[in-house]
This record gives sequence, C-alpha cells and structure tokens, in this order.
Amino acid sequence: MPQIHAGAGQTRDAAAPQAFEGLTQALMISIGGEIFAIVDPVPTTRVAGARAHLPSLINVRGNIIPLADIRVRFGMPITEASADTRIVVLEIKIDGDPVTVGLISDKVYEVTEVSRAQTQPTPRIGMHWRAEFIRFITKWKDEFVIVPDLERALG
Amino acid sequence: MTELDPTETFRLEVADLLEGLEAALLDLGQRPDDRELIDTAFRALHTIKGSGAMFGFDRVAAFTHDFETAFDLIRKGKIDAHREIVTVALSAKDYIQMLIEDPDGADPVIGEAIVSDLSRYVNGPSRSPALAEPSPVERRETLYTIRVAFDPDVLRNGTNPLHLLDDLRALGTCEVEAIIDDVPTLDELDTSDCLLKWSVRLSTDHGVADIEDVFMFIRDEMKLEITPETEPLAVSKVVETAALASVAPIRKAAPEAASTEKADPSRRGDEKAATVRVQAERLDELMDRVGELVIAQARLSELAHSGTDLAIKSIAEEIERLASGLRDSTMGVRMVPMGSLFGRFRRLVHDLSRDLGKPVEFVTIGEDTELDKTMIERLADPLVHLIRNAIDHGVENPDRRAVSGKSPTGRIELAARYVGAQVLVTVKDDGAGLDAARIRAKAEEQGLIAPGAPCGEQETYQLLFAPGFSTAAVVSALSGRGVGMDVVKRTIEAMRGSIELSTVPGEGTTVTLRLPLTLAIIEGLLIRVGDARYIIPLSAVEECVAFNPSDDQKSRGRSFLNIRGNLVPFIKLRDLFDAEGEPAEHPRNIIISIGESHVGLVVDQIIGSHQTVIKSLSKLHSDVAMFSGVTILGDGSAALILDVAQLVSIAQSRAETQRIAEAA
Repeated sequence: MPQIHAGAGQTRDAAAPQAFEGLTQALMISIGGEIFAIVDPVPTTRVAGARAHLPSLINVRGNIIPLADIRVRFGMPITEASADTRIVVLEIKIDGDPVTVGLISDKVYEVTEVSRAQTQPTPRIGMHWRAEFIRFITKWKDEFVIVPDLERALG
Repeated sequence: MTELDPTETFRLEVADLLEGLEAALLDLGQRPDDRELIDTAFRALHTIKGSGAMFGFDRVAAFTHDFETAFDLIRKGKIDAHREIVTVALSAKDYIQMLIEDPDGADPVIGEAIVSDLSRYVNGPSRSPALAEPSPVERRETLYTIRVAFDPDVLRNGTNPLHLLDDLRALGTCEVEAIIDDVPTLDELDTSDCLLKWSVRLSTDHGVADIEDVFMFIRDEMKLEITPETEPLAVSKVVETAALASVAPIRKAAPEAASTEKADPSRRGDEKAATVRVQAERLDELMDRVGELVIAQARLSELAHSGTDLAIKSIAEEIERLASGLRDSTMGVRMVPMGSLFGRFRRLVHDLSRDLGKPVEFVTIGEDTELDKTMIERLADPLVHLIRNAIDHGVENPDRRAVSGKSPTGRIELAARYVGAQVLVTVKDDGAGLDAARIRAKAEEQGLIAPGAPCGEQETYQLLFAPGFSTAAVVSALSGRGVGMDVVKRTIEAMRGSIELSTVPGEGTTVTLRLPLTLAIIEGLLIRVGDARYIIPLSAVEECVAFNPSDDQKSRGRSFLNIRGNLVPFIKLRDLFDAEGEPAEHPRNIIISIGESHVGLVVDQIIGSHQTVIKSLSKLHSDVAMFSGVTILGDGSAALILDVAQLVSIAQSRAETQRIAEAA
C-alpha cells in the first residue's frame, strides 16, 4: 500500500512513506516553514492540458490551489483514495514567489522533526527515482525516507 | 492606515499639481497664446511654492519661487511662451519633482542652470516693443476701493488675512480700514471666527486682475468688491480719466467671465470637495471583499433555491440584487479614465521627438474611456513601448517624409474606445509601415524561421512579437535592443487582452490592443462539458444554437456548420478537454467571436449566466494555455474560465497536426 506521510527536519519536513515493490517507503515532504493544513479529500476540478503531476484544482477555504500528485513524478503507482488519504496544504517557492499547493498523500503519519545528521547520500544507481527531484535521504524510525525537492519536482 | 502623514499629503498634492503643470506646459507649446494655460501653470507653481514652504520643503519653495517669477512675466504677457521656454520649464518641473522625491540626489547646480536658462529666455528678446512697453494709460495709477469680507472659517483653514492685506500693500499705496460691525461683544466672541472686514483704498498701476490674484486661493471663501474710483490719485488729463473709466470695468469683467469656464480657484475648490483620495490598496481590498461576497451570495442562492422556504428565497434574491449593485458600484469606483494615462505620454512624445529630431504631432482620442485602475497601471509600460516604436521605427525622418510627399511633421494617434465589453486601444503612426521583407530577413538571420519557409503577411508581423526580435538596423538608446514587443504581448495577454498589427506600406502602422473592461469580475456563461463545469466569458458569446449530432456526421472531415448562410467552424470541447462522463443527447453550440471571426464551441449543457469572480491560476499552472483563470461556484467547487482565443488557436494547431498525420 503506497503511503505518504508527514515529518520534518531542521527545515521541518513532512514525510510520506510509500510502499514500493513490497517495501514501505516514506517520502518526507519538505515544507520549509509550515504546513498550512492537512485536510480530508475535497472535490477536485480537472485542468485539461495541465501536466500530469498537477492534474487538478481544489478549493481550500475559499482559495483555489493546484492539487499536486507527486506520485506521478516519482513513478509510483497511483491508487484510489482511501480512508487514509489526506491533502497536505503547504507553501513552496517557485522562482522566488510563494505558491500554495495541495499534495495528495496516501497517509499522513505525523508531523515530526528529522535531523540532517542521519542524511544518506543519494545513490546514483539503483534508483527508480530521478535524482534531481530528491533533496536527501534520511532515516526515520529505522526506515529510509526520501525528502523530495518539491520546488523541482513540482515546478 | 487611516491617517496620512501631512508630508505624504503634500507629496500627493504636488504630484497632482506637477502633472497638471506638465500638461499645461505641453499644451502651451502648441498654443502659446492660451491665457488659460498660462494661468493654470502659474497657479500650480504658486501652490507648490506655498505648500512647499508650509511643509518645510524649503528648497522646493525657493526654486519654485524663481521659476514662478520667470513665469509671471509670461503671464503678464511681457514675453511669449515659445518652445524653448516650454522645454526649460519642463526640465524645471522635473527638477521640482526631483527635489521632492529625492532631495539629496537633486544637484543644486542643475537647479541654478535651469533658473539661469529661464531668466535668459525671459529677459532675452521680448515681443514687439509696443506690447513690451505698457501704454501710458495702463501705467497710470488708479484708485480702487476694495471691500474684503472673509468667511468666518478662514482662520481655522489656516489663512492669515493680514498677509493678504500685506500683499495688497505691495501693489501700491494703501489705506486699510477695518470694519468691525459684525464683531459681537467680548463674551459672545469666538476668537477663531474671522468677523473683521476691511475696506482698502489702493492706489496702484496694477489692474483689477492683479488685485484679484492676491486672493486667488481663497476666492471661494470670501466676498471681494473692487470698485475703481473715477478720480485717479495722479494728476492727469480729463481725457485719460475718461478712458480709464471705460477700460477698468471691461478688465474687471474679463476674469469673471473667464471664471465660469476656466479652471479658476473657486471651481477647483468645489471639485476638491466632491472627490476623496483613497489608497489604491484599499480599493483592491474592497474589490476582494466584494468578490467573496458575490461567491457567498451564489452559495446562498443555490441553497435557497434547492429548498422550499419562500421567505429564504426572497431574502436570497434581495441579497443577490444588493450584491450585484455593490459589485457594479465597486467596479465603477475602480474605473479610471484613460486620459490619466494618456497625459503621461505627451511628455514622452515631446522628449522623443526632440531627441530624434523628428517633429511629431501627438493626438489622443477617447480620453474619457474608462478602464479598471489595475489595467491602466499595467497598460502604461506596453504603451510607452509602442509609442517609442512608433516614433523611432514608424515615423520617418523629415527628409524622407519630404521625399514621399508627406508633411514633415509625423503624426502619432493614441485612441481608446469601447467595443462591446472590451476597450480597444490603438497606437497609430503615419510612417512608412512595416517592411515584411525586412522583418523576414531579420527573422531568418536570427533563426526564428527557416529560410524559405512559407510565411503569410500576418504571420510575418507576428514575428515582431518573438522574444529577442529587433529590426532596427542601428540600435538606438530608445529601442531596438530586442527587449520589447514580446514583453508587450505577454503583458497584454496576461490581462486577457490581445494585440493586433496592421500596416499599409507608405501610410503607417496601427497596433490595436483589445482589453477587457475589468480584471476582477466578469459576466460568464456557465456550461458543462462531460462531468466538469466551465465559464465562457459572456463578452465573447454571440449566440447559442442547438447542435444536431447529424450535423457532425454531415460535416464529416470538416468541422463546419452553416449558421444562417455563414460557414462557422466548430470545436468539440469534449474532445479538446478529453472529458469524462457520458456525452449529452442534445449538445449545444455556443458561437463565440474572436476578433472578426466566429467559432462554435460544442458543449454538453448550458447551465446559465454566472457572476464570475476571477481568480488567477497558480504559477504552477502557468503552462496551461486554454484557461485564463478560475472561479468558485455556488457549491464551493472550482470552475475554469475559458480563454477562448487561446483555446481556438490550440484547437487549430491540433487540427493542423492531425491533418499532417493523416496525410502522411
């Protein structure tokens, strides 16, 4: 079951574990400043002609924001929404401008601090994922978790 | 922020005054004899000097004083306001602006140079001696009885009547007598009321107008009677006395008649009372709030109409009416006449025409066309660029114009007019027109198109909008650096507008900008395609017709419909959007107009009209071309707003690709 979860490093990160080829893997979603909200799934509006990882729009408290599906960028299987599915609303910087975006998460575990001390270098081989989208890999509760570079992965 | 810093108020006021001054000076360049313009400029200077001193801008006050002194000679008709003077006066105006905005950066040397230039022109060769030397009759001293009665409030407004009396004394020999009839007993006296009146006997060689000028700034807060005595103080012949008696009343009458139609101080006072300065951000905030209200109201209406409670329905309708009224007034408040923008370009044209040695006549049309203030602000830079281009590249040198049998003075026309719910802004020059061959050669050189590739005339002109394109053989300081037309196009398109070029060789080029009236709220047509809802801007919609699926079959291979004898191509939005959900049994065809052409958009359902509060798309979706924005519907979901022009061009290029694929 692919999952996304939230956590935080020195820069406070939210993490999203992903089951991939039988393993539970987590993505830590780097959020720099703060998570605005973690909300239940809401009706989406599909945007024709948009890139696959930014397929739709959602209304979060009167603000229309893009809903990003980072699983597309990392080639993870796309699963139907479940009871665990959440949308993490966060702010990232695109060309220096703050942009609010919602991120589909299969599951939000917790908001936590992770230390950069545990950081592992990103291996160049043996990776399914595009290295330029990865900020660093770290350990969380004895699991390897990937902290994506959201600015690059979404922009 | 509710209270403005007085210094800030001064800056704002002076900004207005300087703008007015510049406009008057530029007009004066065209009509040197227009008294009204000279007076306007003079009044602006006088006010800047006065309030500059009041707010501690001493350098401004001192410089403006010198400027004013020089200008006074023009005003008194001693010298002509010829072009050189106007040019120096304009630089003096710039210097005042500099003194206020960046006092440390304003080099006193510049100021001195300007003043010396001014005084050189002013004291230089004057007009014909007959006029320069006032006739003996005018020089003769006249005795006036002046009765001055101020409104009781003038003291509270900061006027000091004694200074005004001093100004009168400066005009000539003066006997001032206070009239104390209205002053009550001491226990009833409010010391901040001005209850004193004055009767002044003034013997002067100045005219009635000069005496009135003393009170120029509080003319609407006082009563002033000026009666010339038939008996002059100076010993003179009886004949001259008679002449004076007949001259004086006429001179008195003139400024009065003028005051009804000219922007004289009393009328300016009225205008001030009728307008309020509001910070731009507050207007934006107001618009945002109204937007939220319209969305909330849409939700209320939807809820009310889904129930059966009549009382709630009627309240919902009432609120709908109020919200739409509020929306209209808010948008009205934000509307600014184009004239406020056009005024700025007159200076630009003046300076460019001087720098490039190309005499240019600048004509503006439709200054009262109104546009949302945000749009006006965003339009400024693109228009500067277009006007620069028109003068630099469009209008030829006087020699070349002479060869083509044109008047040596070029003509740039800046016009704005309403067309439906759009505003058309055109920049037109009477230059040589675009040279398609040269544009093409340049584009090939820069690798924008393949050499020899077929390219229609309009397509060639579109190359001008390609990033980095420049045809100027010689790169001048003004244009031809390749930064430009692409930015202009992007800015206009970001405002949901479009830009068109047309040219007639030898006769000139016209650039037309089509702009929506507002950026904030539009009337939209809510439609359904598949399981999603969209908004089509109502301004683009011509008509809605039934779409018979058999039409589709009949038109096999070509997506055209016969609408009352006209061939109208259509686009099936279901296909374009890869829509999900069952197709409708009775689809509709919405005929939209794009420029001069018509296109049908086939949709599954027309839901109805919708007050559309436009929210911009996220930066992450900046690559999405088919939609110009998004809005929130009554049920809280988001609906995309179609960018019809982009959508049609995308559909066209897709059809093109398909055709090529099929042909292969």
